[in-house]
Amino acid sequence: MSGDRLLEIRGLCVDYGHGPDAVHAVTDADVVLHRGEVLGLAGESGSGKSTLVMAATRLLRPPGVITGGAVRLYPAVGTEVDLLEADYDVLRVLRWSQVSLVLQSAMNALNPVMTIRVQLTDALAAHQPHLSRQDRHARAVELLEMVGINSDRLSSHPHELSGGMRQRVMIAMALALQPQVVIMDEPTTALDVVTQREILEELKDLRDQLGFAILFITHDLSLLIEIADAIAVMYAGRLVERAPASALFRAPRHPYTLGLLSSFPPLHGPRTPMTGIPGSPPDLRALPSGCVFHPRCRFAFDKCAVQAPPLAVVGASNDRLAACWLQLGDGPAPAELALREPDLTEPTASANGTQTSSGPTGRPAPTERPAPTGVPERAADHEEPVQQGSTA
Amino acid sequence: MRVIARRLFFYAVTAAIAVTIDFFIPRLIPGNPVQAILSKIQGQLPSKATIHALDLQFGVNTTASLWSQYTHYWNNVLHGNLGVSTMSYPDSVGSLIRAALPYTLGLVGVATLISFVLGTAIGAIVAWKRGSWLDNLLPVVTFFQAAPYFFLAFVAVNLFAIKLGWFPSERASNVADFPAFTWTYISDVLYHAILPALTIVIASAAGWIVGMRNVMVTTMDEDYVLIAAAKGLSKRRVIWYAARNAILPSVSGFSLAIGFIVSGSLLTEIVFSYPGLGNLLLQAVSNNDYQLMQGLFLIITFAVLAANLIADFVYVFLDPRTRQEA
Amino acid sequence: MALGIGTEPTAGSGAMPGGSLPGTARSRPRAVRLPRSPKILAGLAMLAFFLLWSIIGPFVAPYSPNNIGLNSPVPLPPSAAHWLGTTNIQQDVFSQLLVGGGAMLLVAVVAGVIATALSVIVGVTAGYLGGLADDLLSMLANIFLVMPALPLLVILFGFLGKSGSNDVFLIGFIISITGWAWGARVLRAQTLSLRNRDYVDSARIIGERAWRIIFAEILPNLTPIVASSFLFTVLYAVGTYSAMAFLGMVTLPPNWSWGSMLFQAATNNAELSGYWWWYIPPGLLIALLGTSLVLLNFGIDEFINPRLRAAGLSRRTGSRRQARALRSQQFALTPVLIEAAGAAATGPAPTGGSVRAGGPA
Ligand SMILES: Nc1ncnc2c1ncn2[C@@H]1O[C@H](COP(=O)(O)OP(=O)(O)OP(=O)(O)O)[C@@H](O)[C@H]1O
Ligand code: SF4
Ligand SMILES: [Mg+2]
Repeated sequence: MSGDRLLEIRGLCVDYGHGPDAVHAVTDADVVLHRGEVLGLAGESGSGKSTLVMAATRLLRPPGVITGGAVRLYPAVGTEVDLLEADYDVLRVLRWSQVSLVLQSAMNALNPVMTIRVQLTDALAAHQPHLSRQDRHARAVELLEMVGINSDRLSSHPHELSGGMRQRVMIAMALALQPQVVIMDEPTTALDVVTQREILEELKDLRDQLGFAILFITHDLSLLIEIADAIAVMYAGRLVERAPASALFRAPRHPYTLGLLSSFPPLHGPRTPMTGIPGSPPDLRALPSGCVFHPRCRFAFDKCAVQAPPLAVVGASNDRLAACWLQLGDGPAPAELALREPDLTEPTASANGTQTSSGPTGRPAPTERPAPTGVPERAADHEEPVQQGSTA
Repeated sequence: MRVIARRLFFYAVTAAIAVTIDFFIPRLIPGNPVQAILSKIQGQLPSKATIHALDLQFGVNTTASLWSQYTHYWNNVLHGNLGVSTMSYPDSVGSLIRAALPYTLGLVGVATLISFVLGTAIGAIVAWKRGSWLDNLLPVVTFFQAAPYFFLAFVAVNLFAIKLGWFPSERASNVADFPAFTWTYISDVLYHAILPALTIVIASAAGWIVGMRNVMVTTMDEDYVLIAAAKGLSKRRVIWYAARNAILPSVSGFSLAIGFIVSGSLLTEIVFSYPGLGNLLLQAVSNNDYQLMQGLFLIITFAVLAANLIADFVYVFLDPRTRQEA
Repeated sequence: MALGIGTEPTAGSGAMPGGSLPGTARSRPRAVRLPRSPKILAGLAMLAFFLLWSIIGPFVAPYSPNNIGLNSPVPLPPSAAHWLGTTNIQQDVFSQLLVGGGAMLLVAVVAGVIATALSVIVGVTAGYLGGLADDLLSMLANIFLVMPALPLLVILFGFLGKSGSNDVFLIGFIISITGWAWGARVLRAQTLSLRNRDYVDSARIIGERAWRIIFAEILPNLTPIVASSFLFTVLYAVGTYSAMAFLGMVTLPPNWSWGSMLFQAATNNAELSGYWWWYIPPGLLIALLGTSLVLLNFGIDEFINPRLRAAGLSRRTGSRRQARALRSQQFALTPVLIEAAGAAATGPAPTGGSVRAGGPA
């Protein structure tokens, strides 16, 4: 796990539809994924997690429109591609070879009329035309065995496999070209708990072997503590907190994260009453003023309804960010939001979450790159690009 | 193959019902068709046996029980005996149909195939390019979907055969009787078939275009199509992944469409004086040739059922989910 | 089945069986709000035109549709006296057109009403009862679906004789018998899916009677499909009646119809002799009447399944450039429309309003 960045999402804004009826599904989202990192993306249903990653890969379906921001992929140190400026052919080369995708329901994600063999090898044929048929077959066998499926399943069709097997096939498919990023949108939600656990374990092993980075979407925070190095939390299309996984769990800094955590029975530690979050997520067409969370926040005070808090560094280390006035010096944070963090001197600390850039402190800065052409502002790269949550 | 077995059973039942309808209609509808027939073929001195066969066929002047008439009828049908034609007495209905059937099978079969392939391909592309100028094609398609085949045939004859003189306006070949399978003959037949086939294709493709377009639009929202694109496959291959699935409802909808297409094609034949079943049907109607009408009903029904069976095989071949045993 | 009219309901047109309908989530009957789509508006306008045509046509026809006593061995081309020329036996084509719409529309509406009633009865019963009743009724519908209608109608009317084929209601009735099955199949599928909805379940649990559930909970939610199936049958009947007339199975006077005009034109080889005014107008009218029905049906399809609409995005788009960019977007290539004042349209600059706050240092 080196600290250099692999996928960088800056200020991304995504709408569904256009004009006055537009649903602002994602607003000013900053997410940075580093090489080999497992980053969890959590949030209630409808908070914009899928929208964020699908837009970043330009796979979002109509009526989705990207209305702001930048998405950069660094296929190798020193190379950079702007995914929002790329055309279909540029994306085609990067897709699956650099960024692959696992979706929630493998039943829907696998083509029902084609054999597993075809679906495992089509990407190979498209990206590595020099491979012979035998080579592709050998690779397909290898991939299936990697996820613990017998190679005689190659000529099966998806409906002949169990749900767990299908999801394993999906994972094998996603790894076919050894991509650097695997985006997993609730990959285990459709499975029973036992299978869920098995697949998670396998995934961890594969990650350790192959070293790819994972952007792991779920609304089950308890899953993330098992697998994620860092976690970003979304609310109403915004990122409200990001932190190393254990820090976020033990010591959340944003009231929404706190609410999310208390919606789940804790896996470890003493039982606390499940409180959850009162109310329901806002209408993305007409968002509340100020902090979008204020109508549901039990700590809200005057300022919250007026001004939107920026996502900014809180505390001493620069790998913790939260968008809450309580953490930005407006009065002392309540005790629940000021718990002591776990010891960060351990090596896991380098796996800091959505820490968006290498600041002067902390991790070694990534190789100095020339500013991307046409983007002079990138000279400001070494700043933490904290942005005012613009409430439209 | 259980699906096929079930369908086979269903077609057998349908065929049996068609035969039964054929048997009962003359008995249920008032009037004495035998008298009408005999008056038609007056002067040609039908034999006693012919008259008796007619009586039995239509259930008049006979003491035989309904059941024995029914079994007798079945026996005739199963032996390919569909009675005699009054308009071209003493030719049998069977021989008339046998002479016309190849033309219809060839014309309608090939035209339907072309129209299906062409229509589904266009439908898939229109769906893929949704939002482009191709959407403007849809109102035009709507018109062709609603225009009667025989009207389009009129226009085709007038435009391409009479005005432009590109194709012959009628008949299936320039020779009256079938000579031999020489290349000149075959090319002549093909040349004569182009315009009627084109008419059928244009009239029937509209349905496939709209059907495929609508299913394809829905299919493109499926995750597996998105994944195909996410894999960086070529556009052509992504379209194929969607189309390969979207075509399934079109194939299963074939059974609905084939009845329309056959009916429309028969009327097209009439405009082109094409010597197929359609013309025979027109002659049967204008000459009140009851047995010929009945025979045509049975043969056309059987042909449509056979086409359906083929479509079922294709469906099973295309959709692995139906191949699952048990 | 729409003999001669290529309106085969290939899958996907028409309601998607089992698909959910907007407005079906609630049990209370609601008036169906027809979307003001251009298709529906055009279809309705055209249909209104044809209705008006058929009703007042006979009264405004300048001549009798039958012989008018001109003396010419060949059809006369359009002239001031005869706007659409004459036939070979010197009948006024325009007058025939004006008179020929009524009987056909009447047949079509009769057939549409009877067939729709049949399909609702069979489809809803099969879907609601399930089990053996469903199996048998579905089989019945399927048999009627695969049996080719034209030759069946030919034998029916052949034996009925010409007297039978002049009775508009009898023709409508017989056509409806060959035309109800498709609607029944679609309605059955939709009933089946409605039956398993929560509100129907709860109605059953509290002991509502079956007929009450059907009338109060299920039928109102089937309205769009019933409408679509009615339109479809009307279209089918227009085509079938035209086809029968074209085969000469409908005696000409007094039942003039556009189909029988085409029959006459065909028997006199109008297309070979270039008498376009004889066959183009009636054919065009049938086609346009059919088009209006197909358009209406499309509109209903799009109401049932909004994904079928041509453009994916809302119509109230900003600039024309944006509108075009949004409409003609490629698959799997989400459009990027960044409106930064003065900046490049698709530049990677952060949105105008964002403010960079202090860094980590
Ligand atoms: N096609 C669409 N049109 C309009 N709004 C949409 C559309 N798709 C999604 N949305 C809205 O965008 C918001 C974000 O949806 P998204 O699917 O990204 O959420 P999510 O966080 O992935 O939720 P989940 O956990 O349920 O998958 C939701 O409020 C949703 O209602
Ligand atoms: S800014 Fe105010 S409303 Fe928003 S989360 Fe913090 S305390 Fe709650
Ligand atoms: Mg999601």
